[in-house]
Amino acid sequence: MIFFKEVILGFRYWVIASGWCFFRRNVNDRQDDIERAKTEGKELTKEEKQRLRKEKKQQKKNKEKKDEKASQGSEKEKKSGSLAAAAPQPPAKSTTVKTPSAVPAPAPVSVPSSLEAPAPVDKPSKTKAELKAERRARQEAERASKPGKKGEPGQQAASGKQKAPPSELQPVIKRLPEHIQVDNPDVLKKLAKKLERQQIPLRLDYGYKVSLFSHLHQYSRKAPLTQQLSIPSTVIHPAVVRLGLQYSQGIVAGSNARSVALLHAFKQVIRDYITPPNEELSRDLVNKLKPYISFLNQCRPLSASMGNAIKYVKKEISNISSQCKEEEAKSKLLNCIEWYIKEKIILAAKAIAESSIEKINNEDVILVYGCSSLVNHILFEAFEKGRKFRVIVVDSRPRLEGREALRRLVQRGISCTYVLISAVSYILPEVSKVFLGAHALLANGYVMSRVGTSQIALVARAFNVPVLVCCETYKFCERVQTDSFVSNELDDPDDLMVTRNGKTQLESWQEVPSLGLLNLVYDVTPPDFVDLVITELGMIPCTSVPVVLRVKNVDQ
Amino acid sequence: MPGPYKETDLTERVEAFLSDLKRGGSGTGPLRGSAETARETTALLRKITAQARWSSAGDLMEIIRKEGRRMTAAQPSETTVGNMVRRVLKIIREEYARSRGSSEEADQQESLHKLLTSGGLSEENFRHHFAPLKANVIEAINELLTELEGTTDNIAMQALEHIHSNEVIMTIGRSRTVEAFLKDAARKRKFHVIVAECAPFCQGHEMATSLSKAGIETTVIADAAIFAVMSRVNKVIIGTQTVLANGGLRAVNGTHTLALAAKHHSTPLIVCAPMFKLSPQVSRYHNLLLSLQVKSCEILSKVNVHCPVFDYVPPELITLFISNIGGHAPSYIYRLMSELYHPEDHEL
Repeated sequence: MIFFKEVILGFRYWVIASGWCFFRRNVNDRQDDIERAKTEGKELTKEEKQRLRKEKKQQKKNKEKKDEKASQGSEKEKKSGSLAAAAPQPPAKSTTVKTPSAVPAPAPVSVPSSLEAPAPVDKPSKTKAELKAERRARQEAERASKPGKKGEPGQQAASGKQKAPPSELQPVIKRLPEHIQVDNPDVLKKLAKKLERQQIPLRLDYGYKVSLFSHLHQYSRKAPLTQQLSIPSTVIHPAVVRLGLQYSQGIVAGSNARSVALLHAFKQVIRDYITPPNEELSRDLVNKLKPYISFLNQCRPLSASMGNAIKYVKKEISNISSQCKEEEAKSKLLNCIEWYIKEKIILAAKAIAESSIEKINNEDVILVYGCSSLVNHILFEAFEKGRKFRVIVVDSRPRLEGREALRRLVQRGISCTYVLISAVSYILPEVSKVFLGAHALLANGYVMSRVGTSQIALVARAFNVPVLVCCETYKFCERVQTDSFVSNELDDPDDLMVTRNGKTQLESWQEVPSLGLLNLVYDVTPPDFVDLVITELGMIPCTSVPVVLRVKNVDQ
Repeated sequence: MPGPYKETDLTERVEAFLSDLKRGGSGTGPLRGSAETARETTALLRKITAQARWSSAGDLMEIIRKEGRRMTAAQPSETTVGNMVRRVLKIIREEYARSRGSSEEADQQESLHKLLTSGGLSEENFRHHFAPLKANVIEAINELLTELEGTTDNIAMQALEHIHSNEVIMTIGRSRTVEAFLKDAARKRKFHVIVAECAPFCQGHEMATSLSKAGIETTVIADAAIFAVMSRVNKVIIGTQTVLANGGLRAVNGTHTLALAAKHHSTPLIVCAPMFKLSPQVSRYHNLLLSLQVKSCEILSKVNVHCPVFDYVPPELITLFISNIGGHAPSYIYRLMSELYHPEDHEL
């Protein structure tokens, strides 16, 4: 076989290859070890993790070999074989590029194949030594570009665009996040394998899914992921487990609240972190965070603001120089996170409140929807400053978040009215302005927010009432979306059931085959319904979002 | 003479009907569809015609008007009662005119000369006594009753003209007319229905369970998701409580939002409304406000809560009316109105 001939030429390769042979023979014993370690909840040792990685790579290479055998022939095999052999070496960088870590699998497969594709073309003219040098150069290049690619929680599909300088418009290999490919069995299998490797239980979908949304997950609130975790679990930090439970049960809800809770949990993780010997903090800590992020993603899909926060944290961690001592590095990271929270969330809210107060006049009637922490903050500030206005709180089933906003406003002494969303066209003739919060602002100017926001904006537009959206810049997102179907979140369908006069109509909805319940969480509002977006950078129209994103990228 | 017994029996019936109306509106009594109410009202009016003491058409009209005013006062939001009263009054006028032998039906309102010279529509005082009038009126009312009984079926029969296969149809709340319409189409075609639940009473849930039991693919969505889902909807089919003279609707809460969303996506909005729902007069500012259950009581005292029952939908947002006599554009409704009711009866 050509593979073994290659092996004889280099001693190093031979050693690794023989190790690979031994590995194959003893694979069953090793598998048992790994299974045992998993069931005991212990973290896999580095060895075991490496072995798993190797095994996965071999399987992938075998599959690739079969696929490309016809076109590439022998050169391809030699290439992939030597690449696989070169992989387990201490420069673990190349493995992270090839291993589907936090990044879903389809993209990394395309990356190696795109790397390998051009090389075989000029194969016959180069010697083995030149090939080796080429390969080494390529690995160095990947390692250099790695910090840009590394901060990928899986949601920001265009993060690949981020690493290119803004003046160069590079074509992007778009990575589709896993959570909108539930109808693809390959993606699900890869996700299951990834979670198995990270020792996180897989959450199962629940109930009949409406066919338009078969590409999204639908979980039940009664089956939180934490029930499937073994106790004690040393894989996931307890602060993160608690956070995951809070997310899945809806105890922590709202874009800002979730991001702040996440950053506090990360601070706790960093405080408790101890660098293992022979490892660098900047690399190991990021690897430690990956299973936590997968776990949180399983509990509840990450929001755009959380994604941006995670990107920031990962960037800060990888920028820690290896000269730094552990204590110093940790305190630096903690300060960075504090700064992020203070600057992007708290101070931004203050700045937005100051600009918004100019828009609130005396005798105004302001309509708000649901419970947005930022909009509530603005109203409190305006009330403190002595503006006289009254508020109409619009609420919707099944979450009924407006009641919380109502409670907070009434406690401050603001006079309020409460209606359900179906009464919006009844109450709008009295309203002078509509203030809405946002979950994320997309790059094409659409506002992604709680379901029902677009409806309110539509009716307000019909009655010629100005609509103002308040959003901090850290929620701006590179994604583009035109409808609420392709990327959304499906909440527990049982929430739609209601009991009136002791009778629940939809009690046995699961038994009726042609009945489905749809509980959407988000929707997108087109920019022509929104009159103004108030951010800490000023008041901008909806269409200026990509400009702000570009400016932010240049700054970073 | 069975007269006095008949009279007490009659007043008993009327009182029973009035109390039913009152209870039905407050939500404690049995919730009845408007078709039922229309039929009961007409039956009651027939009974009044048969059993009350009257000698001329004018007397009869006075009696019916008086009863009609009492009935509408009992439940102002139930407009079918008033509509039936007006229909019967029109029937009486027609029968009277026919008995007199004049061909006035043709130029009752049209003659401009008459309008200008007479200063009022008619100088009739309906004082002549015609013997067969009673029988004719009762017969005409019977015809009206037959028409009422067949309305839902007549509308449902037109379903296949409007629904094709693999459509996605959206509806809101619960309407027996729309339910029959969709079930009739489902016998021959396969399509998908999305029902907006229409909080706070969530009648949409009943509609969904009923449709899904008939084998139609149904999805229930919250009211807040109407606009989000609208881009995938091919048609919006709704029922209504009342059709107004300008072609607008007074329909269940949330319909205006639905109509605006449909207009934005250029989705046709079809209203299934039988003829007895056409109402010439409706109090514009009268909108029932019902109680909303709010659990946290400590803030209730400081908060105004609004829960309107009906919405006004302007005629520009509506594409088509389907009634038991066929399909019409909203701009044609005023003409139908003039054929059903006499202008003098608009104000009972």
